[in-house]
Amino acid sequence: MSESVITSTPAPAARPEGVTGASILLDQVTKRYPGQKRPAVDGLTLEIPAGKMVMFVGPSGCGKTTTLKMINRLIEPTEGSIIINGEDVTRMNGDELRRKIGYVIQAGGLFPHLSVAANIAIVPKMLGWDKARIAARVDELLEMVSLDPAIYRNRFPKELSGGQQQRVGVARALAADPPVLLMDEPFGAVDPITRQRLQDEMLQIQSELHKTIVCVTHDFDEAVKLGDWIAVFDAGAQLVQYDTPERLLADPANEFVENFIGSGAGLKQLTLSRVSDVDLAEAIIGRPGERAADVLERITAAGHGHAVIVDDRGRPLQWPSRRQLGRMETISAAADPQLPVVGMRATLNDALDTMLVSSAGAALVTGRRETFQGVIDVGTVMDAINKAHELAAIEPENAPVGINTGSLQTTAAAGTGAGGEQAGR
Amino acid sequence: MVDFLSDRLRPILFAGWQHFSLVVQCLILATILAVLIATLVYRNKAMVSAANSVSAIGLTIPSFALIGLLVAPFGFGVTQAVIVVAFYAMLPILRNAVVGLSGISPSVVEAARGIGMSRLRTLVQVELPMAWPVILAGVRVSAQMVMGIAAITAYALGPGLGGFIFSGLSRLGGANALESVVTGVGGIIILALILDFLLVGLGRLTTPRGIRV
Repeated sequence: MSESVITSTPAPAARPEGVTGASILLDQVTKRYPGQKRPAVDGLTLEIPAGKMVMFVGPSGCGKTTTLKMINRLIEPTEGSIIINGEDVTRMNGDELRRKIGYVIQAGGLFPHLSVAANIAIVPKMLGWDKARIAARVDELLEMVSLDPAIYRNRFPKELSGGQQQRVGVARALAADPPVLLMDEPFGAVDPITRQRLQDEMLQIQSELHKTIVCVTHDFDEAVKLGDWIAVFDAGAQLVQYDTPERLLADPANEFVENFIGSGAGLKQLTLSRVSDVDLAEAIIGRPGERAADVLERITAAGHGHAVIVDDRGRPLQWPSRRQLGRMETISAAADPQLPVVGMRATLNDALDTMLVSSAGAALVTGRRETFQGVIDVGTVMDAINKAHELAAIEPENAPVGINTGSLQTTAAAGTGAGGEQAGR
Repeated sequence: MVDFLSDRLRPILFAGWQHFSLVVQCLILATILAVLIATLVYRNKAMVSAANSVSAIGLTIPSFALIGLLVAPFGFGVTQAVIVVAFYAMLPILRNAVVGLSGISPSVVEAARGIGMSRLRTLVQVELPMAWPVILAGVRVSAQMVMGIAAITAYALGPGLGGFIFSGLSRLGGANALESVVTGVGGIIILALILDFLLVGLGRLTTPRGIRV
């Protein structure tokens, strides 16, 4: 986080190519509830860059959900202003504002009396779209969230599984193509396997749409997996650290953040890189029907310990060592069911797991249609960890601002006020 | 008995139709009033318990006494009948409407507000449709109950089948007295069954498939 002093009305950040999201700025936002001494949110200034996914994490009751709901003014801020794309939205009609901001809650919050299509169509209807356009949009969105429109269009929420309901919830939020999407613990109510799948799909959708997404979660691993930036809050929406997942894991601001990350920060870092991000090792390729001695000659010449046998579509079948090859006459077409294989999209964490299980200390990487791409080994993973640490040490240039100015009133009440801004960590 | 019915078929059918019409019109009026009141009170805990007490206490007032009291300001005839029947019809509907509306999960309402529905739109498009099966259950209870109460309004010369019951009771032992009472009671039972059947049909037609049990 930089120590830069914020100007009161920053120019909207220039949008990178393909970004459909809007930048959001919370400018010294405070929320006080009557009858409570401590404000729920205390003078929070937070910049959310356009087209990024920002995760709010923190213990229960820390004010992260309150902060989220103040962005679409489901909760009205007591003081301060919300600026979306350079426009102060604190005074505009709240209902109209919310139609332009997607909102996803736990379990989807679908209306049980409306069909899936009708649920998704609500916001476009309010915005006065014509029927044909709405119907086309509903089908498009259902496909985007991997639900077959022909099957699911006319179903009712109770006829869907939890994961499917959540998908429809996301589709409904995206219906009118809003630049900003707010998610309140969106994947909290589904089982771990479904949650992982939904997270992967969310990443997929975001890589296409580049919305500005603000997501509240209490699951730190989810924040690391999904977030471009993570804001860690303590009680009273005190921003403890606002950083990239890499930097948060490599360099937690204080003990609170460390406790929140929990054990295994190093292993969690491995979930941040994917197999496609690292350099794969080449391998000597053999085909069924070849003489084993020929293949053995080639790997000896290349100095390799193993050869990869692939079928005619390039899919790996076996991974014999020199010794195994020496015992063979010709190479058979049999597939080894215990072959350690990981996909290009797998995280390094998954890859490492596969390697540890396999006896080779390495794993085969497959790409599209399970074709063989290369070999990944423990050394590659170690290099990736070291590289991540080096990268994390460098402060990102255009880091968004996040500070609590409210804390000044107690610590620097005697000061002149505007002069004494203080970073959140 | 058969002679009694065949001799007076037209007045019996007319009185039956009037009875039915009184009950249905009062039910419609009561449903509108009850839903209106329920929407005003259901967000406020104190008001909700007040509404529930009113509907509980209201039902303990003997209908016979209320009719007697209303004769003074409104006189004999249709006006007092409509007031009494609508009043009693309203109570179960009000109770169910309040229960139905306040039973809706807050997360659904939050989702509605969160995607930009105004308070009124949330009420009309989300909350009332979701509470409708519960409200309709109240309407069915009301319908059965006020079928009987409508008969009592005949005491103050209200319309309907009650007239046969009272005239029969007043000259019990005389000619055709029992037949008259039986006609009134039997007619009311038949009307109640018909109305309940119609309300079940209405429920099937108006309850969205997604919340049908």
